Parts: sequence; C-alpha cells; structure tokens
Amino acid sequence: MNNFFNYIDRPSPIHKITGAAKLVCLILWTFAAMTSFDTRFLAAVSILGVILFNVSGISFKDVKAVLIFTFGFMAFSAVMLFLFSPEHGVEIYSTRSVICELPGKYALTKEQLFYQLNVLVKYFATVPVVILFVSTTQPSEFAASLNKIGVSYKIAYSVAIALRYIPDIQREFTDISRANQARGIEMESKKISLVKRLKNSAAILFPLIMSSMDRIQIIACAMELRRFGEKSRRSWYHQRPFALPDWAAMALCGVLLAISFLLFKVNGSRYYNPFI
Amino acid sequence: MKTPIIEFNDYTFRYDAQSEPTLYNINLTIYKGEKIIIAGPSGCGKSTLISCINGLIPFSFRGQAYGEVKIEGKSTLDMSIAELSKRVGTVLQDSDNQFIGLTVGEDIAFALENDCIPLPEMTERVKGAAQSVGVGDHLSHAPHELSGGQKQRVSLAGVMVDEVPILLFDEPLANLDPATGKSAIELIEQIRKERGVTVLIVEHRLEDALQRGADRIVLMKEGRIIADCSPNELLSSDLLLKTGIREPLYLSALKYAGVSVTPEKKPGNIGEMVIDPEDSQRVRSWVKSIQKSAPKEKKTPIVSLKNVSFAYQNGKEALSGITSEICEGEMLSLVGKNGAGKSTLAKLICGFEKPARGEILLKGEDTAKLSIKQRAEHIGYVMQNPNQMISKTTVKEEVAWGLRLRGYSQEETEDKLNEILKVCGLYPYRNWPIGSLSYGQKKRVTVSSILVLSPEMIILDEPTAGQDFGHYTEIMEFLKNVNSMGVTIMMVTHDMHLMLEYCERALVLSDGKLIADDKPEKILTNSDIIEKAALKETSLYELALKCSLEEPGGFVGSFIEYERSFKGHE
Repeated sequence: MNNFFNYIDRPSPIHKITGAAKLVCLILWTFAAMTSFDTRFLAAVSILGVILFNVSGISFKDVKAVLIFTFGFMAFSAVMLFLFSPEHGVEIYSTRSVICELPGKYALTKEQLFYQLNVLVKYFATVPVVILFVSTTQPSEFAASLNKIGVSYKIAYSVAIALRYIPDIQREFTDISRANQARGIEMESKKISLVKRLKNSAAILFPLIMSSMDRIQIIACAMELRRFGEKSRRSWYHQRPFALPDWAAMALCGVLLAISFLLFKVNGSRYYNPFI
Repeated sequence: MKTPIIEFNDYTFRYDAQSEPTLYNINLTIYKGEKIIIAGPSGCGKSTLISCINGLIPFSFRGQAYGEVKIEGKSTLDMSIAELSKRVGTVLQDSDNQFIGLTVGEDIAFALENDCIPLPEMTERVKGAAQSVGVGDHLSHAPHELSGGQKQRVSLAGVMVDEVPILLFDEPLANLDPATGKSAIELIEQIRKERGVTVLIVEHRLEDALQRGADRIVLMKEGRIIADCSPNELLSSDLLLKTGIREPLYLSALKYAGVSVTPEKKPGNIGEMVIDPEDSQRVRSWVKSIQKSAPKEKKTPIVSLKNVSFAYQNGKEALSGITSEICEGEMLSLVGKNGAGKSTLAKLICGFEKPARGEILLKGEDTAKLSIKQRAEHIGYVMQNPNQMISKTTVKEEVAWGLRLRGYSQEETEDKLNEILKVCGLYPYRNWPIGSLSYGQKKRVTVSSILVLSPEMIILDEPTAGQDFGHYTEIMEFLKNVNSMGVTIMMVTHDMHLMLEYCERALVLSDGKLIADDKPEKILTNSDIIEKAALKETSLYELALKCSLEEPGGFVGSFIEYERSFKGHE
C-alpha cells in the first residue's frame, strides 16, 4: 500500500518520544530553520535531520511519494524565484558578481545562486522533519498533543480522524477505480489525453464521495452515542507523561533555536554573508 | 416483580425530511432483564425505534414527535444524549465505521476519554471490559488486524465500560460469517446472564437470532407493532410470512410436510422443539414423495484455475494452489470466513490482481496478458455496495455509460440499452434519478450496467448483504433470471440460505486453500468443512436427525428440490 502521508509503525527511539514532545520539537525546529539564513547552520540542521530519519527506521522508500512531490515543488519554486526576482540575492548581500549575462534583463550572479542555495537548504532542513513527525506519530497521539498545546479537542480529533481514514479511503478508491476500469474507463493508459483522464477520475470521485458521506454520518453517530463533545475537556488514552527522552529532545531543539538567534547577533542580520 | 425499563406511550414520529410518520402510535413496555428481538422488513421503522431509545432521536435526527418515550421512568426529552448514553449502550451494525480509535484499547476507552476519566482508572476499566468480551489480549491491535467478529466485540466493550443497564444491537449478524454470528449471539446471552442487563436485538435473521432464545419478539411492519409475543407463539402463527420475514428453515420443512406447529411444541428453537412420532412419520413420507431431478450433465469450462497462488506485498500468502473450474451457465457461490481469500480469488479472476504462481484460463486461453478492460468483456464484476459503482445521475445514463466508453454508436447504444433495461425490469424507471431508487433497484442498476456489456460471466460480491427477505428474494430471483439467459454467475457470500437455495455448487475456502467443491447441501452437512470454514450446520439437518430419517444429508437436498419446484410454479 502506498502511504502518501501517514503513520508508519517501526520500533525506534523517535517513535517512543511522546507526541506532544515531538510536536514542540517540530515547532522549535522549523522556527529555527525558517528564521535563519545562515548556510552553515542550515546545512548542519539538514544533516541532523537525515540522521534522525535514519534513527527512526523509516526508509526513504516508505515516503517516496511525498518526497517526489516536495522535490518537484522545490524545483518549481526555484525556477519561479529566479524568474520573478533575479536580483534578490544582490539586494541582500549588497555586492554583484556576474557569472554570465542572460537574455533580457536577466543575469546569473553568484549572490543570487548563493541565496537560492540557502532557500534550498532551508527546505532540506525542514521537510524531512515534518515527514518524520507525521510518520512517527500515531494520529490519535497527534490529536492528544495538539490538544495539549491548546488546540480545541474537537478540532484536534477531526484532524486525527481524517488521518486515520486516509488508508481506508485509498483502499476504497482502488476498488472503485478497478471496477470502473472493468467497465471501460481508461485510467492508467498513457494513450488518452489529460483532460479525459481528469474527467474519468471525476467519475470515480462521485461514488467515493457518496460512500464517504455515508461513512461520516455513521462515525458521527457512533461518536455522539459515546458522549464526544459533551464536556469542554477530555482525557486521552494515548497520552503519556513526559519522560527524560522527551525533555532531552525538546531541550535539543530549544538549543537549535537559541543557536539560530545567536547567529543573528554574530552575523549582524539573518543572513550569513560570504561576499564581504 | 417486573420493573419497566423502556416505555413507549402512544409514540408517533415523523422525520423532518419525510411527509409520513415512520412510527405510528407505538405502545411498548420492556421490563428489566428482558431479552427482546425486534424484527421486521427494511423500512418498517425498527432502526428508528432504536434511535428513539438511544437518543439519536430527538437529539441528532430532527422530526416531529407525539407521545413519550421513558427510560428508567424518565422521559428522554428531559435527558441529554450524553445522559442517555450512560443508560443505553448501542452497538451499531457497521462495525468498521464505529471503530473510532486507532487501537482496540483506545476505541474501548473512547467514552471514558470523553468523560475526562484520568488515565490510571481508564486503563483499568478498559482492561476489564476487553476481558469480559474476550479481546483482552488484543488491546494494542489496529482495526485492520481484527476479524469482523472481534471488531464487533470491541464495539460491545466500548459501551460496556459504562456499565449500562440496557444494550441495543442493530443487526449484529449482518456482517458476520455464520459461525461468528453464532458466537456473537452466545456472547450476548452470556453477558445478559452475568450482568442482568436488558437486551434489545434488531435482526431480521430470526432463526439465527433465536439460537439462544428470547423472552419476546416484537414484530414491526410499516411503522406499527403488529405482534408482541413469545417466540413460540409468533412462530406458530402465519404472521412472519405475511410480514415478509423468513421463518426458520426447519419450520418451513415441517409446514411443507403438513405438520401443524403449535406453541406447545416449542417451535422457537429446533433443539428444544417437541416432535412427536406422528410428526416424524409425516416428514418421512413427505421426503419420499419428493422427486429428484436428474443431475445436469457436465458443461464446458469458462474459467479454469490451475494451481493459482497469491501473496500480499508483505509476503503473506493469501491463496495457495487453487485448482478448479467454473463451467458455462453455472450459478455457484464462493464461501468461507472473513480473510479466507474469497475476495482475493474474485479479484484474480477479474484481473484486478495478478497471481504469484499458476494460470487462470479463460475458455482455454491464458489470461495473463489481458488487461482489466479486455477481461471485462468476458467477466463482469459487481461490487457489494451499489453506491460504490454508480457515477451517473439517471438510470439510463448509468447503464449506457460502459457502452459509450467503448465507443458504440448512438443507435447501437440505444438498442442494447433498451433491451437490457427491459430484461432487468428497469425500463419504466429509465429516466429516474438514481437517488430515488431503493437499494434493491440500485443493485439492479449496477448489475444491468455490467450485463449491457454482454459478459459471459459475472461475479458478485455479497449480492444480498444486509437485505431483508423481501429484497433478498427480489435480488436473487432477478439473478436467477439472468442466469437462465445463459450468464454464468459466481457469488461471494456469507449467506448459507443463499447458497442452499440458489446454487448448484459451492467452493469453500479456508486459510487460502480450497477445502471443498461440492453441492451446498453436501457441504452444509459435513461437520469437518463446517468447522474449518466457519460455516454453520443448517437446522434442516438437525430436524432430519430428530425425525430419524435414514439419510439426514439427503434431506437437505430434498428440501431444496421441493422449494425450487414450488417456487417455479409461483
């Protein structure tokens, strides 16, 4: 089964850290990586991310679909960035070292290249940990942790339920799509045009939506019959108190954020400038 | 002294979306500790009745109500749905979608979580409830690691953590294989005895629901209660037939044989039923009078399976070494417990999955190279839930869709379409929106949309799941007609009645192996196969033993023979 964005159960120290601690770590980590433009720091954080990935026992193959999607998006945004603001790097680093002139007003500068490299590294520093968080945190523990940091439990639970039903809906989609292929809809063949393929997918979506609506109705009743939403607070079966590894993980991420702030001071700005 | 626990006083209810009431003047009192079966055809209002007790009415489903419903002496209007849920525990029919948690433990804990019970107490109570229904060792299992029966037990534990005095079961047998259904009924009885709870079971499979007896049966029809009496009294009357509920098979047999059934003979349960020597004699001479039709000659195979195996991605083998033949014009069923490989085999034949080893031949030719679409020219597949197949808004468009996709001309499409719609009895409805059709009619639409492509064989996944006797008969008689036009029909099913009544042959799977390939009446009288495949012995067999017939196995065959000849004349 090709899991696009889902929990993958493996025995690992990362899986053992409680959901709430992981969520705090994720927030600290992404905040650190998002604010800083210090290449050295971002590179170090990226490497740390890949190491964590290894520790978690999740292989890149497991999350291939998301990775391909993200890299595609990264490539696309890099091109767009260059097309729309080719001189942004020059503005930031306040020098202009042209490598070669390009048609129109475009020119390839070292500063722009360096700036775009920084953006790229930023993605590398954040995307793997986001994937890591989702694939090592059980949806209900995720809900519990959202609730712990102050999100209403009703919202938190609907997020968890949505995550929980993704595999079911994927399975149903496969079944419906095959039954329809048997009736003569071309889905996988490359011979047909994109428009037609989209139209055909819509024909599968209709029954999928109808049966998902039935499902939602039943789940809603089942939840209500067991008092969901009655009180303003609830407890969580999957909630665990913080233990030493949780504190350690959060401290580590806190340190990361502190370093990124410290670098502001050292560099005099968010950017590390090798050109002066 | 009997204490009333549920009281309906002159209660009438109409849903806002409907013009007519669903329940009319209901007067019903249920006493503490009773076990009640609520029976009736689809749409008779039995689910609505259940919703009035657990509070979904009036709190979730809006409508107009007159009269009152009292639980433990208190009107439901004076309580909230949450307050009611501490008195009434409901186990819904669909055990997949009421499984809210990600693990067994979490699901059982759901109500406790909502009560904000602290973790240590919660863990204790979850453990206790899980043990009482026999899933104590599975607390960390995910729903997909459980069988249908286990999921149902988890749902039951999920309402029992509250120590509710009333338990409601909405069609608990609908999604279970026969043996699991039997143990579900036994578990319900055991819990009732241990805890003294009041139990209401909504079920139209009366014979199975009555296995461990009941105090009363409440029979409903068109929103009214038409009988409220002991099983023995009800089964001695002709009310079941009039309502369109299937009576137990052993009773049909006795009635065919001319035996008069009275409450004194205790017809509620075949085990306890009194059959005097005179009655036995009647049954024996009736059996002798049934003429056996000549066995049909061997036909040419349409699908041949040669040593077919299949394994999942994780390496677990789902099917191994299946060798069999499906012949032209046959109507056969594929049975076995959940996870035995039935659906997998059906998917392999349709080409949705590829076998790991072995060959599947279609009229003697290897199918390995055929695409799903090419195979579909010969073998059509009908999914269990018609809503999963219907993409268009009107009957005509839906049925014609496959033809349009295959590029038939407007004229050809029109001709074929009209022919099929007439054959399937859908012609009068051709311009109707799909949404206004009944379940049975929708099923017909999906079958027609496959038949219009003129396949030689169709495979149906649980064609009658969750249907009452009326709809069941409607769907099955329709399929029988289709079969008599020469289309081979294979059905994946849990329903022993279906297999007995309509199939000449059944393939039985157990743990991925084909363990039997025989006439249904032979299979259902073979205790070894019954046990391995989680089937259930038919009550006809027991009746035959009670009447000391010489050939108890042959009796089942004779009964079927008799019913078929008799249905043919109708």
